[in-house]
Amino acid sequence: MNLTVTKSRLKGAQTGHSLLAKKRDALTTRFRQILKKVDEAKRLMGRVMQLASFSLAEVTYTAGDIAYQVQESVRKASYTVQARQENVSGVVLPAFEGVRSKDASDFNLTGLSRGGQQVQKSRDTYVKAVGTLVELASLQTAFTILDEVIRATNRRVNAIEHVVIPRLENTIKYINSELDEMDREEFFRLKKVQGKKKRDAERANESRMKENKEFEEGGKGQVGRDDGIGGGEAGGGDMLDQGKDEDVIF
Amino acid sequence: MAATTTNPKERTLLAVIGDEDSVTGLLLAGIGHIDQQQKKNFLIVDAKTQTSVIESAFEDYTERKDIAILLINQHVAERIRPTVDRYQAAFPAVLEIPSKEHPYGEYACGPLVPPSDISDPSKDSVLKRVQKLRGD
Repeated sequence: MNLTVTKSRLKGAQTGHSLLAKKRDALTTRFRQILKKVDEAKRLMGRVMQLASFSLAEVTYTAGDIAYQVQESVRKASYTVQARQENVSGVVLPAFEGVRSKDASDFNLTGLSRGGQQVQKSRDTYVKAVGTLVELASLQTAFTILDEVIRATNRRVNAIEHVVIPRLENTIKYINSELDEMDREEFFRLKKVQGKKKRDAERANESRMKENKEFEEGGKGQVGRDDGIGGGEAGGGDMLDQGKDEDVIF
Repeated sequence: MAATTTNPKERTLLAVIGDEDSVTGLLLAGIGHIDQQQKKNFLIVDAKTQTSVIESAFEDYTERKDIAILLINQHVAERIRPTVDRYQAAFPAVLEIPSKEHPYGEYACGPLVPPSDISDPSKDSVLKRVQKLRGD
């Protein structure tokens, strides 16, 4: 009973193990791709940010320091991100997408007197830079989540491989050995019983032979042989020959 | 799996902690946002800014529910490196960016940038892990 249960559990554990291993492999493949992309994007971002800084320097050169003006005119974000979800073998990976709202006119007055064009240019450059950043951020988020999930999966795979399966196998081995032991005991018991019966029979035979011998030697005549009906010392007559029975009257 | 439990759909903002130029540029792109409580989503850090201020801002931005991405200048992140390295959650994504004065090493050109100011992209907490995993 228990053996069957444990065996089916072992089977389940093995199936789970192979499935998890497959999942891990799929995730790792994805992870490697993202890893490469993250590395590339990070380096690309360095260049993009530098370009953006240059354009800002141009602005400062033509329009003076606009930092204060820009900071003070901040009201509402016109560049926001939206999260999409992507599914990689059961793991939800978010992917951000930059969204620029239509009324992106917060800084229309910035650089009105001079350098307006540079401000526009710089703004466009920075919007592009932020786009790169958003892309990189989604890669990085995916990277973090995948890392975590892969670690969890790895833990599970290893736990099943090194703890659950050996434990179940041990249980099965134990149950099997117990069953074998019981089997052997039973067999031995049967053997023993048979042997005892044989011995008893022999002993009885022997003692009878001995008694017979003593009887014959003691001159007490022959050992009674079964002479069938009508034979024997009693010599009982034939039941049917004993004449008529009296009538039974009630 | 704690990182995946929060719904990323509501997170729409970008936040930034950085020097004046980086923040100005990013604000110019339109990521700035001031909510009803007059809370800004950007912090300007200069040489006089205390590390504790940066740290509390970092914690504030990482705990806010409406921020999807937190941009932080690498030289600023360097000042609160333990806090940044401790941060493991997926949302908001913390992204270390180079600044004007501290560009990435291989793109820093000319004698204008002293070597001590060159940011090394490999100091980045994520990139560190990337490189560790790539085995170089």
